[in-house]
Amino acid sequence: MGLGAYVAVSAALFAIGIVAIVTRRNVLYILMGIEMILNAANINFVAFNRFGDNGLDGRMFAIFTIILAAAEAAVALAIVLNVFYLFDTVKPSDADLLRE
Amino acid sequence: MLNQDLLQKIFYGAMGLLLLALLGIGMGAAGAPGLAFGLFAAMTLGGALMCVWERSVVRSAFSLMATFIGIAGLFILLESDFLAMAQILIYVGGILALLLFGVMLSPPDMEERSLKRVLPGLGIVGVATAWISWRVADTVEWATASAPRDGMVEETFGNAQRIGVGFLAIDQYVVAFELAAVVLTVALVAAVYIARRKKSDLEPETPKGELG
Repeated sequence: MGLGAYVAVSAALFAIGIVAIVTRRNVLYILMGIEMILNAANINFVAFNRFGDNGLDGRMFAIFTIILAAAEAAVALAIVLNVFYLFDTVKPSDADLLRE
Repeated sequence: MLNQDLLQKIFYGAMGLLLLALLGIGMGAAGAPGLAFGLFAAMTLGGALMCVWERSVVRSAFSLMATFIGIAGLFILLESDFLAMAQILIYVGGILALLLFGVMLSPPDMEERSLKRVLPGLGIVGVATAWISWRVADTVEWATASAPRDGMVEETFGNAQRIGVGFLAIDQYVVAFELAAVVLTVALVAAVYIARRKKSDLEPETPKGELG
């Protein structure tokens, strides 16, 4: 398969990740959407690296993306737990302490 | 109005059609490798769609596993075996387990599936992404994009060693590697610090006599 097929899969995954973030009212779905978006970026990095002519750069970028995604997931889940202790909810629209 | 069972059947029927369509497209375009590509692409997109669709968070998290494994398969098709292994190890074994911890520690939350919200979102985002993709594909000239470079296959199949050398060679990625190590350490310490319950939270708020 050519580059276009991989880029198309990546674009579709990106769109689905955005939909997960926008339409679901639960912090965990937002985290899942972020993971999907990062993975779509990873597919693009690796695909362009494979079909392009630039050594190992894209793959290295993908590895660093995975590392940062792991760090992000750990911190985000800690924040989610704290929000749950504080507000007794996992809906981001209910955490509105600053609005009052 | 459609009831939930019928919606569920329609959705999973559509998933099956997506799988068959992607398998057919891949098979028609490139034979056996295309078939593998279609399978992995269907796993990726089907898992993601199920994650958005399912009402229970646990099911969504587990359908995300299909997405991650499908992406690992795509990495293998792209001749990045080390990345595929890292994908399964970190995403399926680490991030997904972390997400399931979050699911377990949060309240059970079967939110109503409102097609009124999902369908316009899907439509708007789909159209926007398609338009941007079309514009990019129209304007960018991908000179080297049509075929993989010659000799790439033998050179990089099994590129874990090259990646390891790239991580540690002083003129390549060693600075980024060390920075990533620092970032991971800081992030994990911060996560432990944030998630830990403070000592004041653990003490009962009411005096012992009132607990009955």
